[in-house]
Amino acid sequence: MSVAPPLLAVEGLTKSYGGVHAVRGVSFSLRSGEILALIGPNGAGKSTCFDMLNGQNKPDTGHVRLLGEDTTGRKPREIWRMGVGRTFQITATFATMTVRENVQVALISHGKQLFNLWGSAPNFDRDEAGRLLELVGMGGYADRPCGELAYGDLKRLELAVALANQPKLLLMDEPTAGMAPRERVDLMRLTAQIAREKSIGVLFTEHDMDVVFEHADRIIVLNRGTLIAEGSPAEVRGNPQVQAVYLGEGLLYDAGHREGTSA
Amino acid sequence: MAFYVVQFLTGLASAASLFLVASGLSIIFGVTRIVNFAHGAFYMIGAYIAFTLTERLSGAFGFWGAIVAAAFAVALIGIIVEMVLLRRIYHAPELFQLLATFGLTLMVEDLVVLIWGPDDLVGRRAPGFRGAIDFFGQNIPSYDLFLIVLGPVVLGILWLLFQRTRWGVLVRAATQDRDMVAALGVNQKWLFTSVFAVGVFLAALGGALQIPRDAVHHAMDLRIIVEVFVVVVIGGLGSIIGAFVAAVLVSELNAFGILIFPKISIILVFLVMAAVLIVRPWGLFGRPEAPARKTPGLTVNPWRPLTSNERLAALAALVVAATLPLFAGNYALTVGSEIAISVIFAVSLHFLMSVGGLASFGHAAYFGLGAYGVAFLAKMAGLPMIGCLLLGPLLGCMGAAVFGFFAVQLSGVYFAMLTLAFAQIVWSIAFQWVSVTGGDNGILSIWPEKWAASPSHFYWLALGVSALVTIALRAMVFSPFGYALRATRDSLLRSEAVGINAKRIQWTAFVIAGTTAGIGGALFAYLKGSVFPDNLGISLSVDALVMVLLGGVETVSGAVIGAIVYKALNIWLVSQTDLSKLVLGGFIVLIVVVFPKGIVGMLEMLAQRRRKTSPPGSPLLAKPIESAE
Repeated sequence: MSVAPPLLAVEGLTKSYGGVHAVRGVSFSLRSGEILALIGPNGAGKSTCFDMLNGQNKPDTGHVRLLGEDTTGRKPREIWRMGVGRTFQITATFATMTVRENVQVALISHGKQLFNLWGSAPNFDRDEAGRLLELVGMGGYADRPCGELAYGDLKRLELAVALANQPKLLLMDEPTAGMAPRERVDLMRLTAQIAREKSIGVLFTEHDMDVVFEHADRIIVLNRGTLIAEGSPAEVRGNPQVQAVYLGEGLLYDAGHREGTSA
Repeated sequence: MAFYVVQFLTGLASAASLFLVASGLSIIFGVTRIVNFAHGAFYMIGAYIAFTLTERLSGAFGFWGAIVAAAFAVALIGIIVEMVLLRRIYHAPELFQLLATFGLTLMVEDLVVLIWGPDDLVGRRAPGFRGAIDFFGQNIPSYDLFLIVLGPVVLGILWLLFQRTRWGVLVRAATQDRDMVAALGVNQKWLFTSVFAVGVFLAALGGALQIPRDAVHHAMDLRIIVEVFVVVVIGGLGSIIGAFVAAVLVSELNAFGILIFPKISIILVFLVMAAVLIVRPWGLFGRPEAPARKTPGLTVNPWRPLTSNERLAALAALVVAATLPLFAGNYALTVGSEIAISVIFAVSLHFLMSVGGLASFGHAAYFGLGAYGVAFLAKMAGLPMIGCLLLGPLLGCMGAAVFGFFAVQLSGVYFAMLTLAFAQIVWSIAFQWVSVTGGDNGILSIWPEKWAASPSHFYWLALGVSALVTIALRAMVFSPFGYALRATRDSLLRSEAVGINAKRIQWTAFVIAGTTAGIGGALFAYLKGSVFPDNLGISLSVDALVMVLLGGVETVSGAVIGAIVYKALNIWLVSQTDLSKLVLGGFIVLIVVVFPKGIVGMLEMLAQRRRKTSPPGSPLLAKPIESAE
């Protein structure tokens, strides 16, 4: 093991709203190239936790460190500049612009050309935009208006946009929500492949246990704001506490069962 | 001491009417999400009808009955307006709703003059409240005391109405989530109509109650609507208690502002509004705006730079325009110069509105500041014309930098109202600060130097500048900055997530648009040879909006066509009829309802249909167009 700090280190994150403790002392870390899933039932504090990582919410106490540098309380755009790409649960794209232009906006921002009034944006990093779109399998859609895309394609586009600043870390909030089963598998395979090739750390929240158990290297489980389990998919599945939390939902059983039969 | 108490009470009395009108606006907005620009017009009609009725009906019962009857009559007019016009545009973008109701306002202004004549009308005193009460040697009109009591009483009645009746519960539910209320089986149509009627009733009552205090005249609508916008921005749109508190605050600031800054009393209100906006951008009692609806009204057709053929065509058009002095007379050349200046003004607003998604309702402020900049430089500093033309627009730039900083903190209707209020403040300063601006008399004899004095030379100058400005702004649309600006328009969330400081981008766009408008204003000062407060008035701001809308708000350079067509039409119309506001207002309403894509947008759509390659534009806007065919 090297002595270098981990890619992402979360220490004692706490957040409460009024009397409700949404997140209580959550700590975990993430290495480069690792895919970490954050799961938990509804209301477990996943979203609150996630928003504190990407700068949309400030923790009451605790710290978030990116390669040793403290990012706690910084704005989303500052965190992006430190090399964190993100995708949203409900896609957020530039609807009136073409697919390529969507990526170009991110490239313009990455190149710090946002206040360049005289350059030609249509030619700005056109090749790089094309490469990113090829990477996510959207090469053929570059000139299509973004507003016309199917939902699954929007998710791919978001991934391309998130990769534009050559991130070290990807934060994906329910990346496969609202997608057809087939699209889910494709998107997560693609994400995993890119993450390994480019050695990007990925943290994602997810409700679909098929996706979680197939693609995560490691899983952390939140319940009522506290971290109750952490480990490999097999360890987490076997954890009685986790099973108790999910009991009645049938999710864990189904996922394990299906994986077992298909293997 | 007694004097200050009386001043305070006068402020409270003024607050009553202001509160009635503002609460009506707030209630309507809460449920229908329409910012009813015509609210001032309903207030004015209420005053006029009450005037007529109180003249006819005698006795105390007649007077008070007339006041209430007037409010009911106007509410009935409101119901008709809602059913005939507003129902068609509930799903249109906010900008279109504001414009349609503004068109109504224009129409009402002419109709009122047509029916009641242009002179101020002084109404009867209220029976039972004719006298004044002596307060340590100062007189307080007893009617003022009546109004002071009335304000809280109306607030209480409204509170009961919303808390204790089934209708009130539905209204409160719809204010939170109207789609949900509709899904629960409530007849939304009648809910909206009734809410609109109540709002209009309050506005008309406010107007009717003013007649014992103030003369009735045909410009009272704009005066009140600006104050009401300031009130709801401070109090928070949708909040009735906010409207009350802010109405009292604004009225008191007005009452005491006169003592502190007699020349420019409105400054005080502005300072308070700015302070509130910094601390609570959504107003004292308002809630943060829900995330904006998904860029409504924007087509999915991506923008592209002109092809080389199209560039040649544009160049050819410019060359043809440049040959005008070869065959046209002096009058035509003056009109041509004015149109060229309108193009500058329209493209500057278009940049902010279409590219940046920020619909300013007070863009004339920066046009007028550019004009005043030239006037100051030419008359006081005695600079040569070139110097004035280059430096004059800087006043517009500075104004845009200050006001824009506050305005971009908000979005949507708040942005529109705030820019309108700012413009009105600039207008008031130009109007009131007589020692510097000449007030209503303006600043005269700003004539161009010899090299630009002949109509043909000035025309070429205006045409050249307007071509340069158009090309520069168009280039900016396709610059990295232009992409970033469009990005902030399409999705604030995503822009921030890719490292864009959206507020700074929008502020920059505001300053660019303001400076460009200032260039237009600078030329305008030389064209007219004078500068007046009207050069930064509301009607000029609306001219710009209509030009952009007419050309096509979704196009890259539709504003150029819109400005040419509109200005030519306008100049012709004014020469043909005395009822230009009526025709213009009707025209605006017509565009919004049946022609929302504008000329260039329409042409683009027709061209596309012929090719039959792409699907039609957004369903939102396609529907009214199809039904119109």
